[in-house]
Formats: sequence, C-alpha cells, structure tokens
Amino acid sequence: MKSVVLGGLAAMLLCGSALAQTTTLTVATVNNNDMVVMQRLSKQFEEQNPDIKLNWVVLEENTLRQRLTTDISTNGGQYDIMTIGMFEAPMWGERGWLVPFENVPAEYELDDVLQSVRDGLSFDGKLFALPFYAESQMTFYRKDLLEAKGVTMPERPTWKDIGDVGAKIHDPSNGVYGVCLRGKPGWGENVGQITPAANSYGARWFDEQWKAQLDTPQWKEALAMYVDLLNKYGPPGASSNGYNENLALFASGKCGIWVDATVSAGFLADPDQSTVIDKVGYAYPPYGKFDKGNHYLWAWSLAVPVSSKSPEAANKFIYWATSKDYIDLVAEETGWATVPPGTRRSTYANAEYIEAAPFAKITMDTIQSADVNGPTQEPVPYRGIGFVGIPEFQSIGTAVGQEFGAVIAGQKSVDDALKASQAIAQRAVDEAGYPKK
Amino acid sequence: MERPLTQRIFAAVAGWGLAIIMFFPILWMAMTAFKREPEAIASPPLIFFEPTLRNFEQVLDRADYLHFFFNSVIVSVGSTLLGLAVGLPAAYALAFHPGKRAKDLLVWMLSTKMMPAVGVLVPIYLMFKSAGLLDSRIGLVVLYMLVNLPIIIWMLFTFFREVPREILEAARLDGARPLRQFIHLLIPLTAPGIASTALLSIILAWNEAFWSINLTVSNATPLTAFIASFSSPQGLFWAKLSAASLLAIGPILVFGWITQRQLVRGLTFGAVK
Amino acid sequence: MQRNASTDSIGPMISTRPLLAPSVILLLIWMIVPLALTLWFSMQRYSLLDASAGGFVGFRNYVFLFTDPNLFNALANTIFLVAGVLVASVVIGLACAVALDQQFPGRGIARLLCIAPFFVMPTVSALIWKNLLMHPVNGLFAYISRTLGLPVVDWFAQWPLFSVGVIVAWQWIPFATLILLTSLQSLDRDQVEAARMDGAKGLRLFRFITLPHLARSITIVVMIETIFLLSVFAEIFVTTAGGPGNASTTLPFLIYKVALLDYNVGWASAGGVIAIILANIVAYFLVRTISHNLDR
Repeated sequence: MKSVVLGGLAAMLLCGSALAQTTTLTVATVNNNDMVVMQRLSKQFEEQNPDIKLNWVVLEENTLRQRLTTDISTNGGQYDIMTIGMFEAPMWGERGWLVPFENVPAEYELDDVLQSVRDGLSFDGKLFALPFYAESQMTFYRKDLLEAKGVTMPERPTWKDIGDVGAKIHDPSNGVYGVCLRGKPGWGENVGQITPAANSYGARWFDEQWKAQLDTPQWKEALAMYVDLLNKYGPPGASSNGYNENLALFASGKCGIWVDATVSAGFLADPDQSTVIDKVGYAYPPYGKFDKGNHYLWAWSLAVPVSSKSPEAANKFIYWATSKDYIDLVAEETGWATVPPGTRRSTYANAEYIEAAPFAKITMDTIQSADVNGPTQEPVPYRGIGFVGIPEFQSIGTAVGQEFGAVIAGQKSVDDALKASQAIAQRAVDEAGYPKK
Repeated sequence: MERPLTQRIFAAVAGWGLAIIMFFPILWMAMTAFKREPEAIASPPLIFFEPTLRNFEQVLDRADYLHFFFNSVIVSVGSTLLGLAVGLPAAYALAFHPGKRAKDLLVWMLSTKMMPAVGVLVPIYLMFKSAGLLDSRIGLVVLYMLVNLPIIIWMLFTFFREVPREILEAARLDGARPLRQFIHLLIPLTAPGIASTALLSIILAWNEAFWSINLTVSNATPLTAFIASFSSPQGLFWAKLSAASLLAIGPILVFGWITQRQLVRGLTFGAVK
Repeated sequence: MQRNASTDSIGPMISTRPLLAPSVILLLIWMIVPLALTLWFSMQRYSLLDASAGGFVGFRNYVFLFTDPNLFNALANTIFLVAGVLVASVVIGLACAVALDQQFPGRGIARLLCIAPFFVMPTVSALIWKNLLMHPVNGLFAYISRTLGLPVVDWFAQWPLFSVGVIVAWQWIPFATLILLTSLQSLDRDQVEAARMDGAKGLRLFRFITLPHLARSITIVVMIETIFLLSVFAEIFVTTAGGPGNASTTLPFLIYKVALLDYNVGWASAGGVIAIILANIVAYFLVRTISHNLDR
C-alpha cells in the first residue's frame, strides 16, 4: 500500500502535476468481449498512471444505453467515459453534451483512424468520440458444406445467390440450416440488418420531406426476400434470433450461411467459442439491385460527457484504449486475430494481422466504403445506414422491428406489416415536428 | 386416523411431483452453472458431466461480487427497518384509532404501489439528482422503503386487527399509556407477524431491478445490476449467465428457506387464517 | 385526519395524527411530487434528446397516446396477462397447497422446493426460461419435443403472451401456495372429521368445507398479486420485447416503447398519468368488491 502511495507521489512529482490526490474515472461500457478484455488490460494503464483509478460499470447493451441517455440528458455527471455508438455520438455532440476531441496529441496519429469511421462519429466537422472497434457486415459461410454440394459462393454475392446456395446446403434433418439472419425485434437487431438489405433494393425510410417510405415496392421486395430466406432455409425460432443467438448457432455448426457483423469473424476464429474454426469462408455482404448502402457501419467508441469532472484524465485513458499500442498489447496477450478491428489503417497494413485474419481485407473494404452521409440510392434527409439518425428512431425502430418480427414469425403478411410500419414512422415524425426549422 | 397406503403414496407422488416441477428451472440453472459453455447448449442436454468452476472464476474475476452482495444486504435490510419504523405507528393508528377514512387511506396507500415506474423515471431521476442521492445506498434505502411501505402498513394493519381487544382494554385499565401498550404489549403479541412482514419486504427489495439499475452507477449497485452486466453478452454465455444468476439468487434463496417457517408462522396470525 | 368515537377505537382518544403523519407525508411526497411533475411534464412538449422541443401543448400528448393504435391492444394484453396469471397461480397454488398439506416423507423439503421460485429475481427467471428452457434450438423443451417426435414450439414467437404468462405465473405460484397452505393448516380438523363422518368425501368436502375457509386467503392472494402483476415489466423486456408485432405489449411496456426509449418525457408522463388513473380505478373496485371479505 505504502509503495503504491509513494509511487504515486513520485509520479506526480515527476509529471509536475498539481493533482493533490488520485482521480477516479467512472467508465461505462457494454459487456462485449473486446470491452471485457479492455477492462482486464486496463490494470496496465493504472500502473502507468498511478494518479488515475478506474471504476468500471459494465452493462448489457440496452440497459447501458438507457442508463447513459438518462444521465447525459439530465446532466447527471455520474460518468467520465461513456461507450457509445455511431447513433449517439453525432447526436449528443450536436447538443453539446460531449467534449469534442480537439488537439489530439500527434503521437496518437489520428490520421491512422479510418476516415469513414471518424466521419460517422463527427458532427459539423468536430470529432466527438474515438473508436474502440468498428464493424460493418459480411457474409460467412461453411466452406466444407458448400464443397460437399459442389457449389461456390461468389466473392460479391447478391441476395439471390444467398438463397440459391442456402437451398443447396439446407439440411434440417441433420441440424444444419441454410441461412441464418437476425429476426429478433429491435432497432439494433433485425431493423439494423434489414435496412441495409432494403437500401440495396433502392428503398429508404423517409424522403427529403420526411414522408415515410415504408409502403413502397422497394421495401416490399426487400422484406419479402428476407422473410422468404428465413422461412425456407432458416432455423426454427428465427424471429427471436438476435446477434448472439445466430453467433451461437453458426459457432456450433448449425448454420450454412450467416450475414452479420464483421467482428464475428474474430469469434469464429476463437477455439474457445467456435467449433467451425477452419471451415469458415468469407465474402462481401450481399446486395439486391444496388451495392450502395448494402452494409451498415457501426463503431463502439469512447466519449467524454461535458459533465465529467476530470475530462483530461478521461481523455488520457481514451487515447490509451484506442491507440496503436493498445492493439499491439492485445496482440501480445491473446494473438492478432483477436485485436479490436476496424479502427486503424496500420492494423490492416500489418503483415502479422493479415496472416492471422483472412477476413481482414473484407472488413477493411466494407468499413471504408460505408458512407453514413449518403446511405441510399435516392436522397434522404437523415444520416446512418442501418438506422435513421434521429432521437425518435429508437422507438420507431423498435416498433417497426416488432412488425418485421411478426412477419418472420408468420403472424402477419409483408403488406400488413409494412402498412403498419408506415403509419408508425409517419406518426412519430409528424408528432416530433419534422422537417425541423 | 391412519389413511390407506394407496392414498399416502398418492400424496407423496403428488407433493414431490409438484415440488420438482416448480423447482426444476432453478435446478437446471444450477447444473448449467457448472458446465462448460459448449456443454451448456449440447444436444442432447447433458445430465451427467464433469463439473467445472471455471464459470464462477470468470464471473468473479470480472466483477467484485462481494461489493454487489453487501449493497443488496444493506439496501434491503435498511429499507425494511426504515419501513417498519414508519409503518408501525401508522398501522397502529389505522387499526386501533381508525378515522372515517381509514379504509380509503389504506386503499390509497396500496394504489401508490401501482404507479408504473417507466412513466415516472425522469421526474424521480431529477429529484434524486437534485437531492444528491444518485448512486447512494441511502437513496435506494429511502426509495425501497417508499415502494414497499404500503404493503408493510397493510400487513401490519391486518396483524394488529387480530389482537384481542380485551387484552388492550385490560392494559388500559391498569393504567398503561398508549406508548407502553404499544411497546410492551402489542409488539410482543404480533412479533411473528412483524417478522413475516419484514421478511417479505426484504425479499421484495432484494429482487427489485428497475430502480436499482437506473439510479445507481457503481457505489450502491446491488446484485440486480450485477446480473445486468452478464445478460446477453456476445458469444456463448449460457453457463456464465447461470453462474452469475446462481450467485445473485443464492443468498436470498437460502435466506428464504431458513426463514420460511417464520414467514408462515407470522402469516397465520393475521392476514391469513 | 378525522377522529370518531367508533367502537373500534381503543383506549383514550389519543391523537393519531403524529402516528400516521410520517407515513402519510412520505407517501404523499412520493406520490404527489412525481405526480405533479408528471402532470406538468405531460402537458409539455419535452424531449430530453431534442433541444428544439419545448412549450405548453395542453392535452396533445394525451391525444397522441389515445390515438395510438396499440393502446387498446396493450390494455387487453395487460388484462389477459393479469387475469391469466391470477387464475393460474390460484389454481396451481391451491393444488400445491393441498398436496403439501398431506403427510408424506420429505414434506418439509418438498415445501422448500415449491416456494423457491418466489425468491428468484424477475430478470433471472426470465433469462432462465428464455435461454435454458424455451429456446427453440438449444432449449430443453425443444429437445424434449424433438425426442418425442413432436413439432418444436417457438414459444416466444408462437405463444408470446402465454409464454410470458408462464414465467410470471411460475414466480407467483409459490406466493399463492404459501398463503393458501398457511390457511389450510389453520382449518379446523374437527370440523373436517365431523363432515367426513357425515359421509362427505373428497371433492364435496373440498367444495363445501375447505374452499369457503380459503375464500379470504384467496382474496388476499388476488389483491396482492394484482398490484404486482399490473406493473410486470422485466419479464417482457428480457424475453419478447413486446413482440412479435405487439402481441405481448402491455401498458407499462407500451409506455416504455413509445416514450422512454426516445426520452420523450411529455409522452412518458402522459402515459404515466393514464396508468396511474387506471391503477386507482382498479384499486378502487378491487378493494371495494373484496373489502367485505377482508372485514370478516
């Protein structure tokens, strides 16, 4: 104990810091694997910075979002570092709730962080969060099953290709289902997956005058396609399968094809979690008619609320956790395949990473080609690819996600669900007063 | 009178059958907690397996269980004691000196219990913030006291009403003042009832999840928040979730089992006869 | 507080005011302050996430909620859920109580097992049922029906409200069991024996002796459980999130979905006010209709 105090004292003297005591930072984060690793490795940060103590709050995603939104919108001041996504960062930045990252130290090499990810986390040219890991979508398939049937997956498949290949390898009597996709209701679950697919059929949520566009033929085509795939080649209970459920299904060898987040590639390569390590093939995310907006972009990122009492110390931690050095540290500890992906160009220039992660190129390409500011074929008044970047979207997306879920569960027709969705979306934006100004 | 054998066998089968059905989900969860992740979702489900403590190690490594545990204990016991302190006089007044509106008052108190938490989260959050009670055990103690107070008062009320009036009357004729009556006569007479009220209040406070998660950050987080950090993370999680769940419900389950005799004994005195 | 000299009153006319004051004042603060704030907010255009929102809008938030196509569906779901769980917990709770009232070896342990679910946190029980039992691929029920050659039931998609009801009932059956068992044990054995001598058997005995004796306890079970069941939230949040469609959306969940998710305090408050009014109506009728039962 004494040595720690002395060490802290020495460090303070050395830094010439005016701090009289240690600063405690409360870090709120989501309980995803990469963050659990961060929590473990952060002991090294505390050793390097004895004047900073970290206090971790780890919560499940929905609970975390609810907690953080309540706190930041009421200026609660309970957290110093918040883990947020691309939905929140620009919106909260616009409202002046987050401390922008200005004067980022040169050794952080901000230019190394992928441009599209930085764009997604900025508002009005100001960067409000630094990415911890970023993801887009890709297609995973079982090479062994495809080979056995003598079919191949195109490098850039269409949704029709997915159906064709899925039909060949669908073998429910042996517990293998052709196609796994998310059906679980939620704006971050099925809506986040179906929206990019719809974009690629030329659909959009709203036109430029904020008139809802969900009852258009484009949406019908996309939703019918998605539901049809799940009905014909999907696993039972597809309407309640979210990300985790599908990951578990694919990792235990029960799925032939799975379209989902690029980060899954890392889990599927982890022998602790996956029984299909050497059997996974990777392809670009499928598209319908256009390849614009057919894959979303998301980055779990770290931000500092203006209500934080120690923004400088908080910045220090964020620079550490999103640095190149941190990526190297994870590589040292658990191997290159498990480093937080999708944030830095240098990761993808690293020969060791490319060697360890055969999915690296697709991840990098999809993240770089995702444009949150121009997500659809026809112009839209909102930002976001898999979501609509307005605060009202959480409830719109949840309600519409339930309509989609009802179609997948076979309780509603595509037409009825889209008609109801159209009404939900229009009602909400009208009441909230869009178009603004 | 001895019952025929067949009837006794039937009674045993029915009793044990129902008990096992009711308990099965908990048993299955407890078993899953000791499996490895792939075993937890194996098909066919494994009944015999080599138990592992790995899940518990991982769970305990990630979160300071004792911190959550002590918060749960402090908050549920604290709110119960406070609730009794406030509720006992009120129940006494309602039972022995009822006004015309006594019943309306009871109904109104019970109806406060139906206030939907989601509708008033923001007002309560703002109140807690301005009172500096966010993330404090005191804040949760006060909140749970308020949430459970109607049930506490109502239960105490039913126990007090069962006390034979003659006893109190006799005490009064002996010159006992109301306060003496209350402390030396009424409380001992209704002790089992008060105990079972307290037990119920502790259990309810222990299991409350909405407020505890929304009004705490890290200092005051009880076990419900501990669970919230383990539900649906990425990847295979069934076994770890089961281990965390077992840790969260274990203490209250054991507590409930030990005290169920008091709970039942108390209930027979008042509300239930 | 008005005092009267009713025969109920014991002893000298002491003032009940100081005794009642703490709890009444506390509950008033707890009830009135949020209620006042809620009433005030419910007439504002007030969204925590939208700085441009502001100003008095009268009853517009109420109109928005009352025109929600899901409102009546949510009310119906709430009633079904509450009524279904009440019936299930009373009937099964009664069966458990009767079974545990008999003499058989290991009765003490069986009783402990039977009441255990009451001590489990709602979130945990929802997670157990959803992931370990009812999951259509990895769940135990799915395995059992596959083994028996039956079609696999996707519980939360095919029977969402029923499945949520099963979980909630599982948590509340032990409460009913506990109360009813307590009551059964205070049943006058002599009376039962006398009736038996008179030739009353099995069901008749149960119908004319046991059930009337239990009436009051059943009332208590119904009253207490209703209070808790009206605000069931965690079980839905964890399992179906109100879906598919709106098949398992109840009133508290609807308020959560349309208002709290967006942090539209105006709508949430209007929803809260509606729910409080409904709760008071329910409480009023509940207590009025059963109060004679409680008075005995």
